Amino acid sequence: MKGSHAGNVRSTGRARGAILKRVAISLAFCLGVFWAAACAYALDVPALKGRVNDYAGMISPGVRAQLEKELQDFERSDSTQMVVLTIDSLEGESLEEFSIKVAETWKIGQKGKDNGAILLVAKKDRKTRIEVGRGLEGKLTDLTAGRIVQLVINPQFKRGDFDGGFSSGVRAMMDATRGEFKADAARSRPGKKGGLGSALPFLIFGAIFLLVLGRISRVLGGGAGLVGFSAMGFLLGFSLVTVVLLGVLGLVLGIFLPFLFGGAFRGGGGSGPGGYWTGGGFSSGGGFDDGGGFSGGGGDFGGGGASGDW
Amino acid sequence: MRRSFLYGVIALAMMMFTGCGYNTIQQNDEAVKAAWGDVEATYQRRNDLVPNLVETVKAYAKHESETLQAVTEARAKVGSVQVSKDMIGNPQAMAQFQQAQASMGGALSRLLLVAERYPDLKANQNFRDLQNQLEGTENRINVARTRYNKAVQTFNTSIRVFPNNLTNMFLLKLPQKEPFKAEAGAEKAPKVKF
Repeated sequence: MKGSHAGNVRSTGRARGAILKRVAISLAFCLGVFWAAACAYALDVPALKGRVNDYAGMISPGVRAQLEKELQDFERSDSTQMVVLTIDSLEGESLEEFSIKVAETWKIGQKGKDNGAILLVAKKDRKTRIEVGRGLEGKLTDLTAGRIVQLVINPQFKRGDFDGGFSSGVRAMMDATRGEFKADAARSRPGKKGGLGSALPFLIFGAIFLLVLGRISRVLGGGAGLVGFSAMGFLLGFSLVTVVLLGVLGLVLGIFLPFLFGGAFRGGGGSGPGGYWTGGGFSSGGGFDDGGGFSGGGGDFGGGGASGDW
Repeated sequence: MRRSFLYGVIALAMMMFTGCGYNTIQQNDEAVKAAWGDVEATYQRRNDLVPNLVETVKAYAKHESETLQAVTEARAKVGSVQVSKDMIGNPQAMAQFQQAQASMGGALSRLLLVAERYPDLKANQNFRDLQNQLEGTENRINVARTRYNKAVQTFNTSIRVFPNNLTNMFLLKLPQKEPFKAEAGAEKAPKVKF
């Protein structure tokens, strides 16, 4: 009796070990995929470090800090986001293609307003471009952007006065777009995809699904609720907290929905090793939020703007 | 028992709707249409610039009537091509549209090349502004075309993979969408030097 009990425990432990191993392998695989995707991007578009991304080292520290502050104030008052990017060389790529790629990756500007603009300078190619988000195209037209590049920025660049070119260029861009947008009174952090509206059909569908599963087995329903709801939250781009809360909600719903809908409740809770599957491991993916600092708000670009050589 | 069976059937039906790609295909279809709208708008934008450009050049370069004529004709031809949302599933209509726009682009770049020979024209602020706008528009066209092609690729893939292909075959019956094809240099943005 005693021996068989011990054997039982050992085999359960072994089974759990196998499951853990499998989970670990699939997690490692997922991480590998994410890493590869991140690498493919990093080669092309540099990371968004702040409002002034001086990768070519063209701007002096004092002016840089000044520009950062001015741009930050401007975003606070007008919600319009503008960033500066300098790169050493385009390495043969066309300026316009690189520029739109940066715009698509960084997503400068608020979602829905599309009020972002990027001042891009390639040092060795001696090229300047202002990339304008869709929402700003009315004020910062191709024409205005072109004049800023050709009449404000490039003449100063030609003289070697990079600091002056950047400051007056950015100021001209701000002046052109001032007043076009206003910051929302209560600014919630924009840029989150989806929302409750898009989740509703899934919730209803999920509830019905859980009802059926919960009728078969309480553990099955609870487990499916936990995994399904947190996975759904993750896919819809909710924050970590929301994902965990959704998971708990799913667990509760999966267990108790069948009660609510009356009728005989069949099947007691299963007691196999599956019953220990309580870890919210699936929701840990929610930590992909770019922690703090500055980030694009989800603005859209359509290729507007102007370029020029100096 | 009957109730739970009913729930099961509803759940299964909903799962089949999401699982068979019905929603995905519809979404991708809409995405292509939206991207096409942008393509149309950007080409229209270029078309709207042409009369002004022709007038400005004419004032300085009267004896380039041949080049100017070509631009005007190309614009008329573009205007005569019927543009609609249905044509994105129609290879012939797409080819016609592309060809008309390509000859428009070619005529425009010849015009800008000619303008290089007239220093007065090049110094004219109005002409410079138009050049700026034209450059910007050509870039928008490029962006819109690239995005349209991406949307088309997503859509075409989504109606070909299993089980979406069955859904499309029996339920939706949507044709493949036509992407833009690269043309031999004709669609390059005209190079403008200042």
